[in-house]
Formats: sequence, structure tokens, C-alpha cells
Amino acid sequence: MTPRLIIRDLSVRYAGSETAALDGISLDLAAGERLAVIGESGSGKSTLALAIAGLLPGSALVAGRIEWPGLGRPPVAGADIGFVFQDPGASLDPVMPVGAQIAEVIRAHRPLGRAAANATAVDLIARVQLPEPGQIALAYPHQLSGGQRQRIAIAAAIAAGPKLLIADEPTSALDTIVQAEIVALIDRLVQADGMSLIFISHDIALASGIADRIAVFRRGRLVELGERDQIIGQPRDAYTRALLDASMPATPQSAGAPA
Amino acid sequence: MSFAARFLRTGEGATGAVILFALAVLALAAPALFPHDPLSIAGPALLPPFQDWSLPLGTDRLGRDVLAGIVHGARTSLAVALAAAATAIAVGTIVGTLAGFLGGLADEVLMRVTDAFQTVPGFLLALAFVSVVGPSLGVVVIAIALSAWTGPARIARAEVLSIRERDYVASARVIGMRPLEIAFREIMPNALPPVLAQSAIIVAVAILTEAALSFLGLGDPNRVTWGGMIAEGRTVLRSAPSLSIFPGIALVLAVLGVYLAGEGAVEAAATKRRHA
Amino acid sequence: MRRALILLRRRLIGAVPVLLLVIIGTFFLLEAAGGDAVDAYIVSTGGDAGLIEALRQRWGLDQSALTRLANYLWALVHLDLGWSVTFSRPILDVIRERLPNTLLLMGSATALSFSLGSALGIVAGARPGSFRDRLLSVGSLALYAIPGFWLGLVLTVVFAVQLRWLPLAGIESIASGKTGFARAADIARHLVLPVAALGFIYLALYLRTMRAAMAEIWRMDFVLAARARGISRRRIVLAHVARNALLPVITVLGLQSAAMLGGSVVIETVFSVPGLGRLAQEAVASRDTPLLLGIILVSAVLVISINLIVDVIYAVLDPRIGSGEPA
Repeated sequence: MTPRLIIRDLSVRYAGSETAALDGISLDLAAGERLAVIGESGSGKSTLALAIAGLLPGSALVAGRIEWPGLGRPPVAGADIGFVFQDPGASLDPVMPVGAQIAEVIRAHRPLGRAAANATAVDLIARVQLPEPGQIALAYPHQLSGGQRQRIAIAAAIAAGPKLLIADEPTSALDTIVQAEIVALIDRLVQADGMSLIFISHDIALASGIADRIAVFRRGRLVELGERDQIIGQPRDAYTRALLDASMPATPQSAGAPA
Repeated sequence: MSFAARFLRTGEGATGAVILFALAVLALAAPALFPHDPLSIAGPALLPPFQDWSLPLGTDRLGRDVLAGIVHGARTSLAVALAAAATAIAVGTIVGTLAGFLGGLADEVLMRVTDAFQTVPGFLLALAFVSVVGPSLGVVVIAIALSAWTGPARIARAEVLSIRERDYVASARVIGMRPLEIAFREIMPNALPPVLAQSAIIVAVAILTEAALSFLGLGDPNRVTWGGMIAEGRTVLRSAPSLSIFPGIALVLAVLGVYLAGEGAVEAAATKRRHA
Repeated sequence: MRRALILLRRRLIGAVPVLLLVIIGTFFLLEAAGGDAVDAYIVSTGGDAGLIEALRQRWGLDQSALTRLANYLWALVHLDLGWSVTFSRPILDVIRERLPNTLLLMGSATALSFSLGSALGIVAGARPGSFRDRLLSVGSLALYAIPGFWLGLVLTVVFAVQLRWLPLAGIESIASGKTGFARAADIARHLVLPVAALGFIYLALYLRTMRAAMAEIWRMDFVLAARARGISRRRIVLAHVARNALLPVITVLGLQSAAMLGGSVVIETVFSVPGLGRLAQEAVASRDTPLLLGIILVSAVLVISINLIVDVIYAVLDPRIGSGEPA
């Protein structure tokens, strides 16, 4: 089966920076596959997401290849790639009702009239499991909670039916209980629509629940890549092991330990 | 790179600095360049410009040298503008610092007073003040400052409100500094930079206000002013438009120079933060 | 809409102490003017010391400052702004006559500077840092540096004197007897130059504010998110960036009303438009201080009203206002 996405020797350096944000990354993504990209801050995981989505600043230097075998043309943002950002509040326009923001994504990619697009938007809001979708569609972002806003952002990301969903730390700004709900929602949507998923996080425990494969990044390099069970159970790299220990400790921290 | 170097590297800063420097030199050198009283008659009336090289910009209705008038007018405009801006910034900063520091009722009262001064159009206030007290250089300075102080006051107050809670203020209190001492020795100097960032605009507005006051006949009658020259030229607008046009160009250049210098300063301060 | 009305009521209550301060301030400025209404009367009519004393008593001018302040406030409540010696009419009548012309002038000039300035600001802000942007930025700065009265004179020289396209002064042709649409057209012709002069000066401010706001908003995450969703650039510029940038520009609208009212003094003088601004200049020229201060009071009321309206418009445009959330 041809992979959905092929990345070969991808390197990215931001303008004015001495070090490379990404250095020689190679990996494939199959159709319907869920890949978790794990790393700490500065690991380059967000840069990878932006590079795949074509959202890097124009001044960034990019080398290597990103190929889409099944597509036959360059990918279109929104229609082929959906993107969910970390900060749900910041990813929505504060002066536009959320339903309208979903509807405009639909109208940007499909020849639907305003009424039809609005109706589809309400359906999508229902799909991301928000109650009273008709009411929510008329609300402004500041009237919704963080979890609700992120659901809206997810709805907007999948509104045009992309085959790849990139979620860049989608739960890092949310409360713990809400985090699990959002991860479950993404998993459900991805499996129902046959989307490939790239789930970016610094929390390996959280990501392991939604991953078929896990890629570990450190300082712009791909440190380890493997099936989920293998990475969690028998990590080959010392850094991966350190991340696992920190995220899923065998013993709890002692109360008097210095910060 | 020092602030001055960064400032001159910006297009705006360099151009503004050149213009202002030229104006300052002209203003200071006026008595040397044109030793005769610019209000005295220098030649035949209504001599057109560019005809007689001893009177390059011509003469006005009474035969006074236009170029001498413009150079001497620079002294008045710049002096008034700088004095008014300095007064406005000083008064505004003090009021704003007090309001922000004291808080409570004092803050409310001071802010309502600031509101009141901002509600009355600045130029009308200046007009009324000069009209009531009588036109002279000092009065014009105060008249302009009367409305210009509100901007610095608000900025200073906002800064003080954010500085008030910081550590070095708490330390000063612990040492036992008296409140007013804290306000003026610790807080006010740190509230000053954002106020000074606005100073270019205040100076520019002051130049324009002084010109408008002079145009309406409310400037100091013993001094040559650009506004006054334009008002004089208005009476012969059809036959000798240059009499109004040249002083106007001088005004535009002066204000533009101030604006450009201000933009350059803001840009220089921003680039410092970017590379810090 | 309910949100806006709550805000309006709150602002109105807040405006009262400010207005009171302005009134008290102008009263004491009136006192400082020295020479009260009686002196003015005597100067024009003549009389001896005994008459002066009698008049003072009759007009209540021999009472304490505080009593006179109370009388002044009482008169204001009855909309009595005093008597103008220059026009020999109640000040309120004179002002009421001139006010519509100034409102027409200011309204048109504001419409011009706001719409043209915002449009150019959007053009500049669509591509921050581009040549177009820098050109408009520097150009607007140069425009802002021009004194209003000088621009008025230059426009007069070019359009009224040299080209003779437009009338020289006034608000309508004297004794033309025109009515209805023809009269409106005549007034419009007369207002072209003064509106242009007043409007072009403040255009720069709206342009720069819109441009700066757009540059700020371009950096925000929801713009990147919109790009990620595949929204067209044109729609991003107009429906998202400009729409958000509109908010600070609206704020400027309110702040500028006071400045523009001051600017109308010189413009009306240059073009002999019979409005409030020119009235102020006439009051100064004839040392009619009560008239001048009446104008100041009316101006303050006007500025407060305009700011209230702008606040309401802002609340309507920004759904975050009044709902208890930080903007």
C-alpha cells in the first residue's frame, strides 16, 4: 500500500537562527495510520507539523522532500490537511461566531450556499459532541470553555474532509479530564473518516493512548521510531527511556523533593 | 550598538535628524544671518520671490524680508513648541504619577479632572486662555500645555499602576522610604520612558497649535511667527500667494522633521528590544 | 443591543462629573477674564459710577463668587448660557444657529477621513513592509504634518483662484434664493474645499491606526489558523484582519472628535463658513468672553455625546465588551 505521506531528509532552519530546527528527518505515514510525535520544547516537533502543513514562515530555509504519493498534486490546506493548534482560544477569530468560522471553511472548499454551509457547520458541531449545536453555532469564542473551543477548532479542521489531520499539542492548554475527552474525540473522528493522524505532544503517556506508531524527537533529530507497544515496553534509546520514566514514573515523587 | 547609532540607521531617524538639525542651526543663527529686525522694512512692497538675490523670497505687503521672517520665525516656533512640550510632559508626568501611586479617591478626582481637560477641544481651550490673559510668548506656552498634559498623565499613570506592584518598590517601602519619596525617586523615573516616546507628537502638535494661534492673531505681537506671516499673506492671496506658501512649507518641514525623528526613535527602541 | 444600552447608561453617569468640572472650570475662567458684563455694557452704552453700582446689584454681580456660580449652574439647567454683547442676543440662540453648519462640516470631514483613511490603511496593512505600505506610511505622515489652515489656503489658491472650479468662501451663495435640492447642491459645492482640508489632515491618523492594527493582528494565531484551514487570502484580509483592526480605529474616531472640533475653528475662519468654530474666533476678536465660554461648554457636550455614540458602536462591534470577559 502506498503511504499517504513520505518525508525524506527534511531539514528546516529559521531565519536568523544558528541551529537547525529540524535535521534530516525521514519517515512515512500510511493511510489511516496514527503517528504520535513526542518531544520536549525545542525538539522540532511543531516545526515538523508546520512544515508538513506548509505553514512555515517564508523566510525559513527548507531542504529535503515531502511527498504525497496518493494525491498527484501539491496538498491544499484545509481540503487535504487539517490542523489543530495548541491554544484553542487563540486559533479562533474573537469577533466572529464559531458557526460562521466553520461554515467559511466549508465554503472555501465546496460550492455550497450560505444556508447549506451553516447547516453543515451545525452538523459538524454536533459531531464533535457539543450539546445544542444550533445555539453553539451562534456563540462567540469567549463565551465557550477551553474544551468547547478546542472541539470547535477540531470541527473547523475536518470541515473540508481532509485525509490528514495534524494535531499540535491539542490538549496542552486544557484541564486533565478534558484532555482525555479531546484525545478520545480525535481518535473517534480519525477512525470514522479514515484519516491519517499526526498527534504531537510532550506527554508520551497521553499520546500512547492514540498512537499506532511513536516517533521521538530531540533537538531537531528523530531519535527513535517504532510501533507503540515496542516503544513503550522496550525502548531502544536512552532518551526515550528517560521520557518514559518522567511521564509514567514507577514510584511517586517524594513530597519533600526540591522543585 | 548605541541608541544614537540605531536611531540614525533608520531612514526616518536620519531624515528627521537632518531636518531638525538644519532648523535648529537656522533658528540659533538667525540674529547672525539676519541682524536687522525682521519686522522692519527691507525693500519695496510685494516684491516677488527669486528676483532680487538680496531678498530671495521677496517681500510682503509692507516690504519686510520674507526669508528673514521665516528664519526668525523658526526661533519662535521651536522655542514655544519645546517649552510647551516640556511643561506638558512635566505636569502630566507628576499628575499621572500621583494618581497612579495614591490610588483611591485622589486617583478618581485626578482622572476626572484629566477627563474634563480632554473633553474640551484643546485648541478652543488655548484660544480661550490666550483671549482671557492676553497674547504673549509665555501665555501661548501655557495655553498649549493646558491641553497637552493629559496624554502624558494617562501614560504615566498606566505605567505607575504596573510598576507599583514590583519588587523594588516593596523593598523601598521596607527600608522605610516615605510614600512621596518612593513615588518620585523610584517610580517616576521608570514611568518616564513611555511618556517620552510620545514627546515627538506633543512637540509636533505644539508647533501646529502655536501656528494656528498666531494665524488667528493670538500670537505674541512683537515676534515674527510663521502663522502670523501666513495670516498676513492671506490678505494678498490672489496676487502674491507665495507670501502664504513659504511659511507654510517651513511649518510642514518642521513638523515632518519632528515626526520622522519620533518614528526613528520608536524604531530604534524597538530594534534594541528585538536584538536584546 | 442590551449590552450596549447598559454600557451607555454607565457612561452617561460617568460623564456628569466631568461636565460639572468643565462648567466650574469655565465659570472661573470667566471670572478671571476680569471685567464683567456690566463693564461691557458700560463700554458700549456709557454711564457713571452710580449706574454701574445699580446695574451690578440688579444683575446680581455684587454677590459672592459661590453664589454667582450657583446662579450660573441654575441658569444652565434652564439652558440659559448668558447674553452675547457682540450679537445682542442670547448666547444659546447664536450657538444654535451656527451649530448645524459645524456639524455638517465635521460630519462630512469625518466620513471622508474615516472611510478613505481606513481603506488606504487596509491596502497598506494587507502587506506590511511592502513598498506600497512604506509609501502610504510616509505619505500619510507628510499629510499629517500640514497645518489645516495652510492646506485650506493652498486649496483655495489652486481650486478657487487659479482654476475657478469652486467657490471661494461661505456656505452658500448669498441671497441666491435657492431651495430644496438646488440649495443642497449649492451648499455642497461650498463645502467641498473646507471638508477636503479638514478631512485630509485627519485621514492620516485613520490610515496609520488601521495599518498598525493590521500589522499587529497579522501576527495572531487565528490568522495562521485561517490559513491552515485554506481560507483565501482576500477573505482573511477583509473578514478577519481588517474586521478586527476596525476596533482600534473606531476608538480613534471618538478621540479625534475633540481635535477636529478645534481644527474646525481655523478651517471655518479660512473659508468663512458660519459655524461654531468661526463663532469662537469672532468671540475672541470682540473679547466676548461669555460667548466664548458658552461655545466651550457646548463643545464639551458635543465631544461627550460623540464619545458616547462611539462607545456604543464599539460595544456592538466587539462581542467581548460587556460580557465580563477581558477584551
